Amino acid sequence: MEHGFYTLQDFLLYTKGWAYILMGASLVVFLAYWKFLFSRDKD
Amino acid sequence: MKRRNFLGLMGAAGVSAAFATKAQAAGNVHFEGYPGSKGVLFDAVRCIGCRKCEEGCNTVNNLPAPEKPFDDLTVLDTRRRTQNEAFTVVNKYQPDGGPSVFSKIQCMHCLEPSCASACFVAAFKKQPSGAVTYDESVCVGCRYCMVACPFEIPTFTYDDPITPKVVKCDLCEANIQAGRITIPGCVAKCPKEALVYGERKELIKIARNRIAAAPDKYMDHIYGEHEMGGTSWLNLAGVSFSQIGMREDLGVKSGPELTSGALSVVAMVPALWPLLLAGLYGVTKRSEKINKKEKAEAVAEAISATQEKAQADLKAAMERAQADKEATVKREVAKALEEAAKAAEQGEKEEEGA
Amino acid sequence: MTTEAVSKKTLFTPFNVITGMILIMGAFLTVWRFGWGLGPVTNLDHNNPWGIWIGFDLLCGVALAAGGYVTSSAVYLFGMKKHHAAVRPAILTAFLGYLFVVIALQYDLGRPWRLAYPFVVQSGTTSMLFEVGLCVALYLTVLFLEYSPAALEWLGYKRLRNMIHRCTIALTIFGVILSTLHQSSLGALYLIAPSKLHPLWYSTYLPTFFFVSSAAAGMSMVLFEGWVSHKAFHNKMSKDYLSQHDDLYYSFAKGASWVLLGYVFIKVIGVAVDDNWHLLATGWGQWFLFELLGFALLPSLLYAIGVREKNLKLIRWTALLTVLGIILNRLNVSLIAYNYHLPSEMRYFPSWQEFGVTLFVCTMLVVTFKFIVTRMPIFHEHPEYKDEH
Repeated sequence: MEHGFYTLQDFLLYTKGWAYILMGASLVVFLAYWKFLFSRDKD
Repeated sequence: MKRRNFLGLMGAAGVSAAFATKAQAAGNVHFEGYPGSKGVLFDAVRCIGCRKCEEGCNTVNNLPAPEKPFDDLTVLDTRRRTQNEAFTVVNKYQPDGGPSVFSKIQCMHCLEPSCASACFVAAFKKQPSGAVTYDESVCVGCRYCMVACPFEIPTFTYDDPITPKVVKCDLCEANIQAGRITIPGCVAKCPKEALVYGERKELIKIARNRIAAAPDKYMDHIYGEHEMGGTSWLNLAGVSFSQIGMREDLGVKSGPELTSGALSVVAMVPALWPLLLAGLYGVTKRSEKINKKEKAEAVAEAISATQEKAQADLKAAMERAQADKEATVKREVAKALEEAAKAAEQGEKEEEGA
Repeated sequence: MTTEAVSKKTLFTPFNVITGMILIMGAFLTVWRFGWGLGPVTNLDHNNPWGIWIGFDLLCGVALAAGGYVTSSAVYLFGMKKHHAAVRPAILTAFLGYLFVVIALQYDLGRPWRLAYPFVVQSGTTSMLFEVGLCVALYLTVLFLEYSPAALEWLGYKRLRNMIHRCTIALTIFGVILSTLHQSSLGALYLIAPSKLHPLWYSTYLPTFFFVSSAAAGMSMVLFEGWVSHKAFHNKMSKDYLSQHDDLYYSFAKGASWVLLGYVFIKVIGVAVDDNWHLLATGWGQWFLFELLGFALLPSLLYAIGVREKNLKLIRWTALLTVLGIILNRLNVSLIAYNYHLPSEMRYFPSWQEFGVTLFVCTMLVVTFKFIVTRMPIFHEHPEYKDEH
């Protein structure tokens, strides 16, 4: 591991930072993907 | 459609139930803390309640002079807690009405601090030295750290309208880093060696040796070795810690561990809710569409059925009319023939009669 | 036009006089709080860092504003389309609820001008409060967007209004995600303090308890608010709204009854998994049972009876009972059962100034609500946008 973490607290601070970024990304991707998935549907 | 919605709701309930299960903090990762980090061992058996540590702390940290001087030991008669102007205080206890036992309180410098876990601007940090420090420059003043601290140590400058801040012992981190002192102010002032500053691992050894050397004088318990996941500050005493104002029911789980389960669920919600809810929306919409289509078809069918019936009726009517017509013609023809026959008969008769 | 004429004629109504007095007191307390700090106006201390501004204004405020996500998801996602007329009042209530929660929070924070620090200066991502803050900030934005068509219709910005209207489903789903997160995280705030919160209220299920009860709170609040609004703004309500009203009442009463029953069970499971049965026999246990049986199980049954007997009056009073129950639960967790281990002289009781600020904020909410519903198309549809749902 290139990130040397000595405490669980520091580890969580780092990983949860990424988790929040991915949460935001997932919402954007979901929205775009939903449009892609249904764009050929004509009704 | 009702059934589909019901299934959707059941699915939603299922997912929220799954969220409630406690997720692992960080897989199988394990943390040992900073190597060589320091702490303090306080020995209540050695403490004589002279309040010199309080004085040392006050001097080193440039705190305002207290109302009553430090050599006034009558203040020990009332139970005190840490204050904005006192990062550490000594309290006097008389367990079971016996001789006085003194206990010093200050920040315990948790290995995994609850305050750090709770702070939403990460103002608290466990330093490699062992100290838990606080950074005023980012503090919003929400006081969640005070809610979180199991030892009830941090205080808040409530009377400051512009720059209120949290106050607590920093194990003299700022002073030591600046090179002004080498050991914490309270430890330096202790006349009885009731306080020892050193590597936490060494302190635990010292504490064990003291217990082993005088098992009748010490409780077999190093307070802070495991409490709240372990603290850099350690305590020894000759009576049970709950008798000298230290809670023994805190458990061994650290602050970060206590919240990590809920925290790990947080990331699942934005990932799974859209799948479920958008899916549910899709199902609702689709069933609406199907309903609409079915309705339209039913209407069309009804119309065509009506039309067919109308046509059939018309045809029948036409046929009937035709039949009627034919019947009438036949009848008329028959009638005419009959009449002709009658006339002919009469003519013959008349001829006969003449 | 007519409303203006009416308000001119009756400027000194009892409502206006009392409101005016509360607002003046609030302004006075605001100056006191920000000029002299938290110390002189609150009973907060080092042992009790959070008072009613968190326990009531934040925790209860957010729980009772859950009607927004409950109604919009019921109508747009769960296929209860016929109740669409109920969405706007619910969204407006939620929006104002959250707005005033954030305003009330300014009084409690030591340095409110740093409110954005967690997101722009340094993020404490391990904090449940970070999660709450982020979600409340985002959800307030979502609610503003969900509410804005009403304001834009009133103002006549047709294109912008239609643009936002197209995002309804996406906003609704986003709103449910954010609500799930911060409603549960408000409970999760207390996970870090197992030694301070009484074991009957402390549970690793706290986030689930808060989330599930927020759904019941949301539905009951829609019912309760519908009742009050009905009395105050009957003339503003469209035929559409009124004709659906009873039907909506029964739907939401059924929903709330069902959710409350589930809530009772998960609370009991919470007692079971921590093996806290023996605590039920103590004084705290009786208080716990009083809350659980009197303010969760009882309303669940009363709702069910109300629905079966088609008794609107019973449903309304049950809604009030449920709302009070949610308030009691949040106060128990944040204030009453919190610090239960401290001797009584070290416990917290709010100062009159704390009550005053809370009253002030609630009054501002009511005044703003009144201002909006008497002007904007909330309880009725704007004539230009009919039949668009």
